[in-house]
Amino acid sequence: MKKKLINFIVTLIIAIILSQFLPWWHVMVAGFVSALFFSLDRAAVFFIPFLAVFLFWMTYALWLSNANDFILAEKIAVLLPLGGSWIVLLLVTGFIGGIAAGVSAILGKQCSMLVKR
Amino acid sequence: MKYFKLPLTLVLTLVVFTGLNSKFGSIPPMGKFLSPNEGFWQNEQDENLNSTMQIIGLEHEVTVHYDEHLIPHVFAQNNNDLYRAQGYLTAKHRLWQLEFQTFAAGGRLAEILGEQALDYDRQERRRGMDFGAENALQKMQEDPETLSYIEAYRDGVNSYINQLEPKDYPVEYKLLDYAPEPWTIKKTALLLMYMTKMLAGRESDLEHTNALAKFGKERYDLLFPDFYDVNDPVISKETDWRFIDVKMPETPEDDTSLDSISITETIDKPHAQNGSNNWAVSGKKSYSGHPILANDPHLSLNLPAIWYVMQLATPEHNSYGATLPGALGIISGYNNYISWGETNATRDVIDWYKIEFKDESRKEYKHDGQWKKTTQRIEEIKIRNRETLYDTIIYTHHGPVTYDHNFKGDNAKSGYAMQWVGHIGGNNQRTFLKLNEGKNYDDYLDALKSYTAPAQNFVFASTEGDIALWIQGKFPNKWKGQGKFLLDGSNPKHDWQSFIPQEFNAHSKNPERGFVSSANQHPVDPSYPFYVYNDGYETYRNRVINDFFRAKDKFDIQDFKNLQNNNYNLKASELLPNIFTTMDTSSLTEEEQGILNTIKKWDFYSEIDQLAPSIWKSWWTKLYKIVWDEFDADSLSLLTPYTYQTIYMLKNHPQDELMDILSTPEKETAKDLFLITFKETAKELAQWKAKHGDYNWGAYKATYVGHLLQALPAFSRFDLNIGGDYNTVNAASKNHGPSWRMIVEMTSPPTGYGIYPGGQSGNPGSKYYDNFIDRWAAGEYMDLLFMQDQQDTKDIIASQTLTPQE
Repeated sequence: MKKKLINFIVTLIIAIILSQFLPWWHVMVAGFVSALFFSLDRAAVFFIPFLAVFLFWMTYALWLSNANDFILAEKIAVLLPLGGSWIVLLLVTGFIGGIAAGVSAILGKQCSMLVKR
Repeated sequence: MKYFKLPLTLVLTLVVFTGLNSKFGSIPPMGKFLSPNEGFWQNEQDENLNSTMQIIGLEHEVTVHYDEHLIPHVFAQNNNDLYRAQGYLTAKHRLWQLEFQTFAAGGRLAEILGEQALDYDRQERRRGMDFGAENALQKMQEDPETLSYIEAYRDGVNSYINQLEPKDYPVEYKLLDYAPEPWTIKKTALLLMYMTKMLAGRESDLEHTNALAKFGKERYDLLFPDFYDVNDPVISKETDWRFIDVKMPETPEDDTSLDSISITETIDKPHAQNGSNNWAVSGKKSYSGHPILANDPHLSLNLPAIWYVMQLATPEHNSYGATLPGALGIISGYNNYISWGETNATRDVIDWYKIEFKDESRKEYKHDGQWKKTTQRIEEIKIRNRETLYDTIIYTHHGPVTYDHNFKGDNAKSGYAMQWVGHIGGNNQRTFLKLNEGKNYDDYLDALKSYTAPAQNFVFASTEGDIALWIQGKFPNKWKGQGKFLLDGSNPKHDWQSFIPQEFNAHSKNPERGFVSSANQHPVDPSYPFYVYNDGYETYRNRVINDFFRAKDKFDIQDFKNLQNNNYNLKASELLPNIFTTMDTSSLTEEEQGILNTIKKWDFYSEIDQLAPSIWKSWWTKLYKIVWDEFDADSLSLLTPYTYQTIYMLKNHPQDELMDILSTPEKETAKDLFLITFKETAKELAQWKAKHGDYNWGAYKATYVGHLLQALPAFSRFDLNIGGDYNTVNAASKNHGPSWRMIVEMTSPPTGYGIYPGGQSGNPGSKYYDNFIDRWAAGEYMDLLFMQDQQDTKDIIASQTLTPQE
């Protein structure tokens, strides 16, 4: 459990820091690096970084959008199309970021195993 | 197994990365687009207004005050700083539109949108858009003053672009996954060319040629007369033209080229409804003794709006009004001394020449009994994710051979060349720069003199009490009939011989009647010595406007507002009474009779809560189509007769053979058509009602303002409650209408009122994106804040300082 918490926190911190410098794929770097050093087992390899980034992107997006009454989020939710619901758009945003982080974490895990052997 | 896991996950990671980083069709790159740190979430904000910005090349500080509408009031110490700031601010609030419009102008959309825009791009290149812009740029560069200002504007735009990070790009860039490029002075020329196309790019010479061949001269003249039987021209009929003393070119005897055209499809024409109203009353006719001027250009209703409103001030001049992103200065507006506004002059400034090449190499063409050399212009059309296309376009002394065997034609040894005033080039930017600085009638006239295209009816009023209207543009002085039809490119007598001297352009200053006006109608009556024919002039708005001003002695601001929002449907009023007396109603069902009774009671005002305008619209659309079914059935490119003449035919030639419906064995006459289309209308409206409810005019017309990207529903506004239709003074049709309504009373300083269907911000995430639309639809105006002192910040919500970069 502790390992999961560490991985979660490390992923989150790396993602937040890198988001200031790197494009969208900062979450892939975060997932990869945290898995490299704090690797988990089985499904947790994917789901812990997924969860960390899911929450990070959702919160970040919510913070930006809330300050502007969701004007643009509602329009983008029409465009994509998600029925005009900014809540669904937030979930999709978190989901996309999460997938990217989770998949790169699996790669990180594989690389860490290579190093250990 | 475990040896496969690593490469497998590596591949998976790469797939996810690529999948989220790339655009698929119209789907944006989802990772990039949705990431809160660089995607669209970063656009979820209002403008940042309270900041100091450093701008390269500024000489002094520039102060920008924003009022509650986000209209910037710019105070600079000199013109260079002023236009630099205009460029900067336009980019700050309208960057994507600013750039996209010039891509559209120059035929570069395939770079952004890919192969789907290729046909459009080729067409624009073949229209000579880039060629014309280069010629215009050359003329602008010859004037050091204009050059220095368009360079300042360029630097201002680029100062803004250069400090952007990808996360700051307007949302459309993120959606389409591309980045802004540096602004160049050529882009200002392209934007002006775009306006020239929009307003002086409509003609139907090839269609007229086909119609003449099909119907013969007598019938053709009945359907397409040079003048209608009613005419209330821009420059009043009473004008004495005896001061014009130039020799008119003679019509060559062998002028008839009764060819029909071998192409079946012509290039896209600008919107038929592009037009405008403007008028001014003299002090004598004004409630306050000060002249009052009004302007409302009718264009496609788009978001971001075509206009961006600004106040532009230096210690020498101070002007206010609507700007066009990409062009400098105020285009329709006023300063402390004068006001000005434009409507389209709609004159024929495009002619087509049939070109005969010596052989398939097309290196020589026939002219004046000799073989003359052609030139080639190779257009490089970049296409996103595809190889660049090079289109070789042959040029003759007339202009580009638009149609040839590579483009909509089939003959390798002939083609059709386009001659267009738009290709000649001209420093049309100067006109607006000078109007911004103008102080009186002479300054206005000086500003106009060099103006070439698109020809406009420039209305004018001054605090000194003058009103005027000049129809200004560069007009070829044609022999009677020249250029109405295809011309012979080998015959030197068919060349444009000369241009109408500027001082002989039709105009009116302080006329006896106390007002000037224009609404895209015929510029003159037949007594004007130069050849002018009906090339699609509007025939309704002008009469309503002129009748309004003839009806009483004094006019106030409310009268002006009422007139701009006037929904009287003169067109309907000229046909419906005839229908009511001639149509045989004996076969109508009870329901149909009900609909007929509704429209019979109509007062001809196309108001939103009325049913009759919807009945009329549906009925007229069907009627017009069925009258001219002979045109649709023909495989040649043809133009159906204009509305006014259609109604004229229905009323005066009801038995004409064209009234017959080709697809039926019976011989129909006008009254049969009335009945047939009425029954169809009743059916259609019943269906509409079943689906949408009452077909009152507001709901039935469903006016919308569409985003520039094919009206992306998410960024557009639909179902606006606005009355009127194309032919009413309030020319609001479905997606077209008054794009900027302005009224100026020439007090000192002038008092202005204005509104437009959009908002100052180009960002769909801003509350200033579309905040004027509902007020515009309701016919309301903003009291324009014309600041006289930059210290007086009473109604200012934010201020920004632009400072020279160290």
